[in-house]
Amino acid sequence: MNHTDGTFIDVLQFLILGIQRGSIYAMVAMGFNMIYNATGIINFAQGEFVVLGGLMMVTLTMAFNLSIVFSFILTVLFVIVVGILMERLTINPVKHPTVLRLIIITIAVSIIIKGVAMCFWGKGSHYMRHFSGTAPLEFFGATILPQTLWIFAILFFVVIAYIIFFNYTMTGKCMRACAINRDAARLAGINDRKMVMLSFALSAGIGAIAGIIITPIIQMDYARGAMLGLKGFGAAVLGGLGNSMGAVVAGVLLGVLEALGAGYISSHYMDAIALVILLFVLFIRPSGILGSSEAMRLKEF
Amino acid sequence: MKKRILILSMAITILLAFSTPYVFAEPADYHVGCVFAVTGSASWLGEPERNTAEMIAKEINAAGGINGHKLVLHIEDTQGDNTRAVNAVKKLIKKDNVCAIIGPSRSGTSMAVLPVIAESHIPLISCAGAEVIVTPVEERKWVFKVPQKDSDAVKRIYDDMAAKGIKDIAIITGTTGFGAAGRDQLKEIAAEYKINIVADETYGPADTDMTAQLLKIKNAGAKALVNWSIVPAQSIVPQNMQQLKMTIPLYQSHGFGNIKYAEAAGEAGNGIIFPGGRLLAVDTVPEDNPQKKVLVSYKEDYEKNFHEPVSTFGGHAYDSLWILVNALKKVGDDPAKLRDEIENTHFVGTAGVFNFSPTDHCGLNKDAFEMLMVKDGKFVVLKD
Repeated sequence: MNHTDGTFIDVLQFLILGIQRGSIYAMVAMGFNMIYNATGIINFAQGEFVVLGGLMMVTLTMAFNLSIVFSFILTVLFVIVVGILMERLTINPVKHPTVLRLIIITIAVSIIIKGVAMCFWGKGSHYMRHFSGTAPLEFFGATILPQTLWIFAILFFVVIAYIIFFNYTMTGKCMRACAINRDAARLAGINDRKMVMLSFALSAGIGAIAGIIITPIIQMDYARGAMLGLKGFGAAVLGGLGNSMGAVVAGVLLGVLEALGAGYISSHYMDAIALVILLFVLFIRPSGILGSSEAMRLKEF
Repeated sequence: MKKRILILSMAITILLAFSTPYVFAEPADYHVGCVFAVTGSASWLGEPERNTAEMIAKEINAAGGINGHKLVLHIEDTQGDNTRAVNAVKKLIKKDNVCAIIGPSRSGTSMAVLPVIAESHIPLISCAGAEVIVTPVEERKWVFKVPQKDSDAVKRIYDDMAAKGIKDIAIITGTTGFGAAGRDQLKEIAAEYKINIVADETYGPADTDMTAQLLKIKNAGAKALVNWSIVPAQSIVPQNMQQLKMTIPLYQSHGFGNIKYAEAAGEAGNGIIFPGGRLLAVDTVPEDNPQKKVLVSYKEDYEKNFHEPVSTFGGHAYDSLWILVNALKKVGDDPAKLRDEIENTHFVGTAGVFNFSPTDHCGLNKDAFEMLMVKDGKFVVLKD
């Protein structure tokens, strides 16, 4: 094998690794955006949804020995219920919902979920079997895990479902209407409170999916939420807050930058490299890669 | 008159009430501080340590205490964090008036509390691995440690490599205190064994994917890899290696001594070689080994009480607390006397046979390690 081939394979390997990391950031960022669009707040419990998804899946598949498909569905439903409960019990009853108040509530909820998860699942790292084996596949000389293919496929499916839901269904269109102008949407007869609840349910669902598919590769413990949330938040900002397609592009980009940074500069500064690039983008384009600067000026936060 | 009698009788009652403890005084309690990373990313160290310490204290107090003195443990959680560790140690010394401290669990936190210990003259028995905690011994008058030495672990690994004729190796280490100390030792001792380190990579404590670093190692042409850390990354490295189809042997540090790590690594963990204490492979330790009795009894007690497999780290708490209790038995709870007593201790523990001396505050040598191998999610003694 000559040198150029080796370099090519390395780059390919880093790209695969980066897209795999990035897919998770992208899904977390999509979750952020859904709630942001419906309420104008950042839900800091987003990372916790990912953790709950991962841990629940571990329990169902490893302790109860249920099939992957069945546990997948059960886990997503479980986390959706958690998301709905969170909205009904903590966001909905607030009398004068200001952005700051609601954000602080989400921080409180994230701490509570983390604590409860610690009591139920303990402090150790949990691992689960891969969906379809761990034998790596060859891909132009680089290696790729079957689980990574699952991650790519599921991200693709989530994005397609997202587009169909928000562009071609009545409920999706109603949610978009609320996002654009809540008062006008209410005047048009849309139940905006219900839409907020729905946004929490959907974003919890996406979080759970992200947690389920990444756990076989990175393992899961109760304290992972903050870091996942931070990276996902970075991706959401980079892509333009509220713009979910931007979030997908930015999430994948962030993952790739991290992987290349770790591979070619230093694994020590991996997180810093990604965040420094994020800062630069925000200096140059404060509205994010795909965000519109005009829309941003109209937003409260 | 009646009033006066009443007041008088009240005064007598009060006096009696306050004086009772002095009249029927029990021996004062012995207060011992424990500083463990019970929660946080190093909870796999701190939790078994706390469990073990509580189990031993219960056992001692149930048997009437130490020469009649009740043993009171003050357990503090550092969450593996340096600032918290320093605060915990200060609190134990100033507020709880402890006569000695066992812990902290991690090398980083142990190093962080050294200045406090040095000025307050309270003996500390650390449960962390790095050798710098007790060297140079002139500056570490009040500090002891019970885990085996890093340098001995490195020597056992290099011995094994030398026997197999491996010369070019790669190292990958965590950026924690334990990882950094191990990295220095690996590099320093390599020359002695004529081993050539062709790649030197690191990763952060919360990292979950080392594929990028391993790819560099693969390209560097190493014939074996040593991973040195305590975090769950220890079970992710073999999985990433499997993904990259790397077949070179993987050596890990004595930080791998928790069966959960081997279970988490799954199939990819098969064949990992590491130096470990005999506690991990009690069943395969020969009957005539001086440690056998201690190992069997601790393992049985721990597993009966906590329904989880015993780990090296709980063993460190066992060793440090018993060394301290034995010293308390002999000289009472004067910190200076305790220190002198610990310095001359001979003790058969879970980590090995300790021989402390004024020049050696670890007391173990490289025979304390056994080379172990992972086989189907279990640890077995590696036969030559």
